[in-house]
Amino acid sequence: MPGDLLDGDKLRPGAGTYVEDGKIYAAILGIKTIKSNYVNIIPMGGRYIPCVGDSVIGKVEDIGPSNWLIDINAPHPAPLHVNEVPWRVEFGDTARYMNVGDVILAKILMVDETMRFQVTMKDQGLRKLQDGQIVEISPSKVPRVIGKSGSMIQMIKGYTNCRIFVGQNGRIWLDGEVDNIMHAIKAIQMIEEDAHSFGLTERVKEYLEGVTQQTSPGSE
Amino acid sequence: MSGTPSDIKLIYENGIRIDGRKADEMRPLKIEAGVLKRADGSAYLEWGKNKIIAAVYGPRECHPRHMQNPAKAIVQCKYNMMSFSVSDRKRPGPDRRSIEISKIISEALEYVVFTENFPRTSIDVYIEVLQANAGTRVAGLTAASVALADAGIPMKDLVPAVAVGKADGQIVLDLNKEEDNYGSADLPIAMIPRTGEVLLMQMDGHMTMEEVDKALGYAKKACQEIYEVQKDALRRRYAMSGGDAGEDDSSDEEA
Repeated sequence: MPGDLLDGDKLRPGAGTYVEDGKIYAAILGIKTIKSNYVNIIPMGGRYIPCVGDSVIGKVEDIGPSNWLIDINAPHPAPLHVNEVPWRVEFGDTARYMNVGDVILAKILMVDETMRFQVTMKDQGLRKLQDGQIVEISPSKVPRVIGKSGSMIQMIKGYTNCRIFVGQNGRIWLDGEVDNIMHAIKAIQMIEEDAHSFGLTERVKEYLEGVTQQTSPGSE
Repeated sequence: MSGTPSDIKLIYENGIRIDGRKADEMRPLKIEAGVLKRADGSAYLEWGKNKIIAAVYGPRECHPRHMQNPAKAIVQCKYNMMSFSVSDRKRPGPDRRSIEISKIISEALEYVVFTENFPRTSIDVYIEVLQANAGTRVAGLTAASVALADAGIPMKDLVPAVAVGKADGQIVLDLNKEEDNYGSADLPIAMIPRTGEVLLMQMDGHMTMEEVDKALGYAKKACQEIYEVQKDALRRRYAMSGGDAGEDDSSDEEA
């Protein structure tokens, strides 16, 4: 809760906290966690704030002669320079490669203290996304969708046979059979709604088991 | 608003006010957080006969461009009264009063939000008064701060606010419509309960020094109460769907 005193004199202030008169207080609404001498608050909501190295799903918003502007769900659009794409692009030839409305998988290249950031596509697996669907969830729920070392997302992938990619900015790309995509989206929405409750994995598993059993005899 | 003389009796001989409250008693307050799906944060508040909804969007790109600050976010607030919120139809649209209230509320909120975390952005707060019965600016601010916390925006503290006034020569807490219209002073106050910092104070009418002191005392006590209601609203927001409010330990599983 913002303004709440977080006890512990030996601890140091981490994310989502602030210090006043040598005491640590919470700055955001969330769950208190203590990790290696730091008190952190895991947020319950809020907009996406880019972090270096985050994989994100972006939409091309605007094209310049040597760059694209990518909407990554952050407060500002992020520029993607032609040097940061896997193709060789002539000056002024940007529109031939990507156009407004295209969806890409990108990585945050840098963020500076004035919150200016840039994205890159020069890394393994980063590409333009074709086909599939995008769903948006609250960025603070992304860790839950992924689960402990990817357990949740692996489970959804396994049951629905979809290709799924979760961007840190709360956008999720899915590709596969239409019915399966719908089930996966349902599961993701379930996770988003009950993100902070116990036994979530079991409930999602139950749901997925239920729907896959329903559909598999029908499709045969 | 300041005291049109009338023969209405606002306080009975036994010290009970026309709506049955004591001098230092608030109207019943109810807040619910997270009522709007499309907003980043929202809150609905009922305070006596006041009904207010507040929504927060952002931090998002600031338009118009020239208003953005390269060093910090700006808090833009829009206070609006619905045309059906008062007994005579209110002409819709911004007027002198709502522009003033928007300004003071955004200044009060700007002080608590860590604006330096989000340079070049704006945090937009919309306050809609659905039904008004005196004290809407403090009610609006109270709701707006809950909505801000709900939006996950880092801030020093929640901001409870309350109005204190003078009716029939007596200091009373949380004026209602009649006391506001026929009383002789109105003093809206917002303060951070933990530090006692005052974020908003306006005065309409006249009070002596002693009366102001007494009013501040009332306000301080009331703010503490409101603060608890605000926190409770935020707690309930996440307690509803499974688990209870006491889950703020390290019991969550993280990726």
